Amino acid sequence: MDLSSINPILLIAAMIAAATPILLAAIGELVVERAGVLNLGVEGMMITGAVCGFIIAVNTGSPAMGFVAAAVGGAVLSLLFAFLTQVALANQVASGLALTLFGLGLSSLMGQSYVGIKPPRAEATPLGPLADIPIIGPIIFGHDLMVYIGLALVAGTWAVLKFTRMGLVLRAVGENHDAAHALGYKVKRIRTLAILFGGACAGLGGAYISLIRVPQWTEGMTAGVGWIALALVVFASWKPWRVLLGAYLFGGITQLQLNLQGAGVAIPVEYLAMSPYIVTIIVLVILSADKSRAPGSLGRTFHASG
Amino acid sequence: MNPLLSLNGLTKAYPGVVANDDVSLEIAPGEIHALLGENGAGKSTLVKMIYGLVKPDAGVMQMNGAGFAPVDPRAARAAGVGMVFQHFSLFDALSVAENIALGMETPPPMRTLAARIREVSETYGLPLSPDRVVGDLSAGERQRVEIIRCLLQDPKLLIMDEPTSVLTPQEVEILFETLRKLSAEGTAILYISHKLEEIRALCDAATILRGGKVVGTCVPRDTSARAMAEMMVGSSLATPKAAAHAAGNVLLSVTGLLVASPSAFGMSLKDVSFDVRAGEVLGIGGVAGNGQDELLAVLSGELPCGPGMVRFKGDDLAKAGPEARRGLGVLAAPEERLGHAAAPNMSLTENAMLTGAAREGLARRGMLDWRKTRDFAERIISGFDVRTPGPENAARSLSGGNLQKFVIGREVLQKPEVLVVNQPTWGVDAAAAAAIRQALLDLAADGSAVVAISQDLDELMEISDRFAALNEGRLSAPRATAGLDVEQIGLMLGGAHGMEVAHV
Repeated sequence: MDLSSINPILLIAAMIAAATPILLAAIGELVVERAGVLNLGVEGMMITGAVCGFIIAVNTGSPAMGFVAAAVGGAVLSLLFAFLTQVALANQVASGLALTLFGLGLSSLMGQSYVGIKPPRAEATPLGPLADIPIIGPIIFGHDLMVYIGLALVAGTWAVLKFTRMGLVLRAVGENHDAAHALGYKVKRIRTLAILFGGACAGLGGAYISLIRVPQWTEGMTAGVGWIALALVVFASWKPWRVLLGAYLFGGITQLQLNLQGAGVAIPVEYLAMSPYIVTIIVLVILSADKSRAPGSLGRTFHASG
Repeated sequence: MNPLLSLNGLTKAYPGVVANDDVSLEIAPGEIHALLGENGAGKSTLVKMIYGLVKPDAGVMQMNGAGFAPVDPRAARAAGVGMVFQHFSLFDALSVAENIALGMETPPPMRTLAARIREVSETYGLPLSPDRVVGDLSAGERQRVEIIRCLLQDPKLLIMDEPTSVLTPQEVEILFETLRKLSAEGTAILYISHKLEEIRALCDAATILRGGKVVGTCVPRDTSARAMAEMMVGSSLATPKAAAHAAGNVLLSVTGLLVASPSAFGMSLKDVSFDVRAGEVLGIGGVAGNGQDELLAVLSGELPCGPGMVRFKGDDLAKAGPEARRGLGVLAAPEERLGHAAAPNMSLTENAMLTGAAREGLARRGMLDWRKTRDFAERIISGFDVRTPGPENAARSLSGGNLQKFVIGREVLQKPEVLVVNQPTWGVDAAAAAAIRQALLDLAADGSAVVAISQDLDELMEISDRFAALNEGRLSAPRATAGLDVEQIGLMLGGAHGMEVAHV
């Protein structure tokens, strides 16, 4: 065992990067669920975003264009979900599962000729002298732009939900869609927009994996991150800052246990591998002991009547 | 005086039913106008058209002499129409101020809004704190949220859909004071109710609907309640009558019942005790949300309680679940018809099976006897005048009143020894309500013990032998109904919330 082989500064920086895909997908799903829609298709939208981003980034040579394409790809796929659940009034659970299966298949098809290619590298954000501060510099200011965009999305989502009329209407629709309808709010339109936002965020999360974390394209490379993001939203009691905490905790411990495995710690690998799940669940379950609860209309189909 | 709102020949048809047929009426500024009618008479459709939720097929609406055709509720609100819904359109997890902001077109910043809520609530004698979460409020307070939401927009016409069905007598008085004050300031009120005495006390004019048509108008002050009821029903009414009977042994006894509510917005039961004897109807009054649902759940066996708290003929029921209790003869009919008392998408036959299996012998060694079940469902349908094409129809296809008759009938026909009902006639029209009450009285006369939980005090006075009030999870000592007056009942109900401002 050689713990000295772990560089704590690099480890923390890697933890933040590891958490970003989960964070992006989870904050999108949080908005969707606060609007009263349960979209289980996060995994499918992530992998679709991953392949769309990869293809465009390789062809244009620009990671930024790749991320834009990933957001569009995720949103377009989520539009299918919006059509099924909001227009055709299909069951949300079944539609979401179908979306995941569809996204996995579609992405394999699209990515066939891209296996084994290296994408263009995303540069660290030029923050000038900030990145040169010892210790804090590499940990906080040495990341690519998407890490900061993820953080900004969390802060933005929190502020919009708490302080703006748009956020209030969104919460109202998720809480009681019949009452919101009776007051004259366009339940389906608001939910469709929320679903699109969730799709775009999931797409960004997927592209972060294919363009920065790995970075290359392999089939099914999101490997369940979308499901973790879904679970995280529930354990975080639908609160943005808790999603951030949960994502960093999960990403951090995933990274830590990989490093520990690499350092040859005398704990069976299986225990290390399960540790992120256990720690994240325990912490968030303890946090959610307050009386917060799911949005009242979550997962229920809205039929306008009368 | 020129009318504020005039409706001319409004017609609205849904597939298979004409909800409104050539309805005309006029409301003057400051007038309190009652809209009367049975369930399904078309009152809701009419007000939904005024509020922009439904578009009329034919007919003209005019506001102050100008054409008025709101395309959605926002347009109606902009034109000065406010509506307080029968089933409150509130968001439990949001605060009072947030709920009110949602009902406004251009809400001011939260701090200004909170100040205005305080101001309006004081002016009209409706105390309410803007920061409280709506899920924690009583029914009367929730209604205040809706009323204040309307008042903040300075409405010219306020529509109130059955506003008093969930209020205590004192809260009703507060509400009436507020409405009279509004009327004096020139706000017209369209008041929907089937409580005729209230209409006589409050309203200046009344329009009576039956089968979607206007069948008459009257001045409520000069018309007897009975005459109005007969106009609504279109025939004379039978009042339920109890047959003379003596109270027998104690069948159900509850002692020191302590149960925490399973819901975050529920009410825990605290030290509830009562006995019910064979042949007796015990009425339990109180405003919804004071432990009624929890009490029914404990008695039906859905919610576990401690040993010795609930006994049937002296035997402890703590370990008996709902099915075991049904076998013993302790049956229950909960308040929520769709989803609790009946499974909405299952047929009436299947719903009859769900609670009738044990006592009616509809299942043997796990195999279901559908023929017998259909017979049982048909007995319920014919015995309780349930209007439906047949027992194969889904429960959700029945109107509220018909399904309620089915649900109560299903339990009554199983000849229970103890029957617990919650809100047996909620949202049911006068004729059906009378039939249900008569069935409960007949059941008691045959030697069963009936516990009737209801918010409708007139109903409890009519059917119960003894009365107790449930308030904040505590039950008052039961008292004989004969000789109780409204004032005493109001006090038993724990006084109203905010009685000190009853006279503004």
